[in-house]
Amino acid sequence: MIEARDLTKKFGATLAVDHLSFTVQPGRVTGFLGPNGAGKSTTMRIILGLDHPTSGSATINGKPYAELTTPLRTVGALLEAKSVHSGRSARNHLLFLAQTQGLPSSRVDEMLDLVGLRPVANKRAGGFSLGMSQRLGVAAAMLGDPQILLLDEPVNGLDPEGVLWIRNLMKHLASEGRTVLVSSHLMNEMAVTADHLIVIGRGRLLANAATDEVIARGSGQSVRVRTPDPDRLTKLITAEGGHAVRAATTANGDGAEQAPLLTVTGIPAARVGELAASASVVLHELTPQLASLEDAFLELTSDSLEFGHHESEPASQLLPEPAQAADGRIR
Amino acid sequence: MSTTAARSQLASDQAQAAQRVGFGHLMLAEWTKIRSVRSTVWSLAIFVIGTLGLTALFCWLTVHAIQTGRAERRTADLLVDPVSFILQTGIGFGQLAICVLGALTMTTEYSTGVIRASLLAVPKRLPVLAAKCVVFATLIFVIAEIVVFVSFFIGKAVIHPVVDVSLTQSGVARAVIGAGLYLTVLGLFALAIGALIRHSAGAIAAVIGLVLVVGPLLGLLDSYDWGRHVHDWFPTQAGSYITRIHQASDQVLTPWQGFAVFGGWTALLVIAGAYLLKRRDA
Repeated sequence: MIEARDLTKKFGATLAVDHLSFTVQPGRVTGFLGPNGAGKSTTMRIILGLDHPTSGSATINGKPYAELTTPLRTVGALLEAKSVHSGRSARNHLLFLAQTQGLPSSRVDEMLDLVGLRPVANKRAGGFSLGMSQRLGVAAAMLGDPQILLLDEPVNGLDPEGVLWIRNLMKHLASEGRTVLVSSHLMNEMAVTADHLIVIGRGRLLANAATDEVIARGSGQSVRVRTPDPDRLTKLITAEGGHAVRAATTANGDGAEQAPLLTVTGIPAARVGELAASASVVLHELTPQLASLEDAFLELTSDSLEFGHHESEPASQLLPEPAQAADGRIR
Repeated sequence: MSTTAARSQLASDQAQAAQRVGFGHLMLAEWTKIRSVRSTVWSLAIFVIGTLGLTALFCWLTVHAIQTGRAERRTADLLVDPVSFILQTGIGFGQLAICVLGALTMTTEYSTGVIRASLLAVPKRLPVLAAKCVVFATLIFVIAEIVVFVSFFIGKAVIHPVVDVSLTQSGVARAVIGAGLYLTVLGLFALAIGALIRHSAGAIAAVIGLVLVVGPLLGLLDSYDWGRHVHDWFPTQAGSYITRIHQASDQVLTPWQGFAVFGGWTALLVIAGAYLLKRRDA
């Protein structure tokens, strides 16, 4: 289990991580989501003991990373920044890491097989493609067969095959009961990979909930309605406290005359149907629009992208209790 | 339940691993790092070939000049301290290779990002620097002693027509062994500056500037009494006294005192490097 408690990191006057608290549980893929510069990498580097937090603490199974005796046997990390000497072969890179942990060199060959780099194991790592470098990074992370994995933007720049490989690997590792924390700014990737999401923006926690929940509650759901009588339905919806917007035009080239389209927010689809039925308004279409994770994400992070400092309401609904307390301390 | 079992399994694995992993493993890892990059091999090849080649060439040229009556002053130098005469050209060149290799051994960790992998593996950090210092110093000591002894015997053979020098003469063995020690400590000195500056170009410029520019400049202060003290206490100057047979009349420090001063400076820099390694974000 990974735990961050009230983590804060300042670089000079810049606040990179702002009183961040969360835990990462084993047995599932936890997505660490946020726009570029939100503080994801810095948070991971603090968890891994590479950066010192300005205040707060991060622990792995209850211990700071620096106190782990053979850390690579407990935690595997794939950092976004490269950490391989371009003139050193893949085998020698893994070999020196294995030696620091007292692992046999046979483990190096196992890892090279796992990631499919055996044929190029003695080639200089500087000549590797992005995908091969990423595979070498995964091999280094898996070297000590760790129960906890931290992957910083692992699919960045990978081809679809590589993306699929990483995705399946993460799911497989989580299904074995391991703790997997994976950061990304790619929302759609997280929607299909992560079971749980920690969303941050400008170093602050915006959401910490199951992925489905973030999608469902992170953004206001809307309902698509087609009716030949939009004005009456709009009145009914407005009276109920909802909001209806009529689409500019519904004409399309295929000849068939379509009824005007309304986008309704603030009332669930079922209630729209009931209102229409009670007033005998004909509906041609009634479709609940599920927000994508992308919408939810944009909504959650929209405040954090701006320079103004206001509370993000949908986000605070998703915050668990302790995090809210942490938030409350911000002056 | 199964998680608890898995966790206790993990804990016992950790305990076993803690017993198995020691400083020896870290030294082995540092040895793997040093031997697996070409810059090490090239720097050492240049050091060995350059030092031996220049020693042979300049000894021969000078002896030839003396024999043909072109170098009276050089004859005096040669007779006063034949060991310095033999080794100074080779060391003067070889120390550049050692300085570059020492600085690069540390700075390439940063320029390539390997430092992150190293510190993830050894988050206490200081054992990484300690193991690197021990492995690097051992490697340089072994190679440097071989090179200075071979240089000495080449030079001894070349200057034999002019003067006979042997290891049994007073101060000769100490001076030859001392030349290897000087190069070893110089390598650590450069490595420590690499740990402080962390950038290859900056660290190499700083080391070379100190060794080749600042040190010789301080020699210009020798008309002042305090100037001789400053000059003698300067790291590489103090360290070089061990490579000479005799202590010069204006020399404040004895050979071993000088070497201790050089070692002290180097230790200070290593400690400063260790402190910053521990404190800074990697």
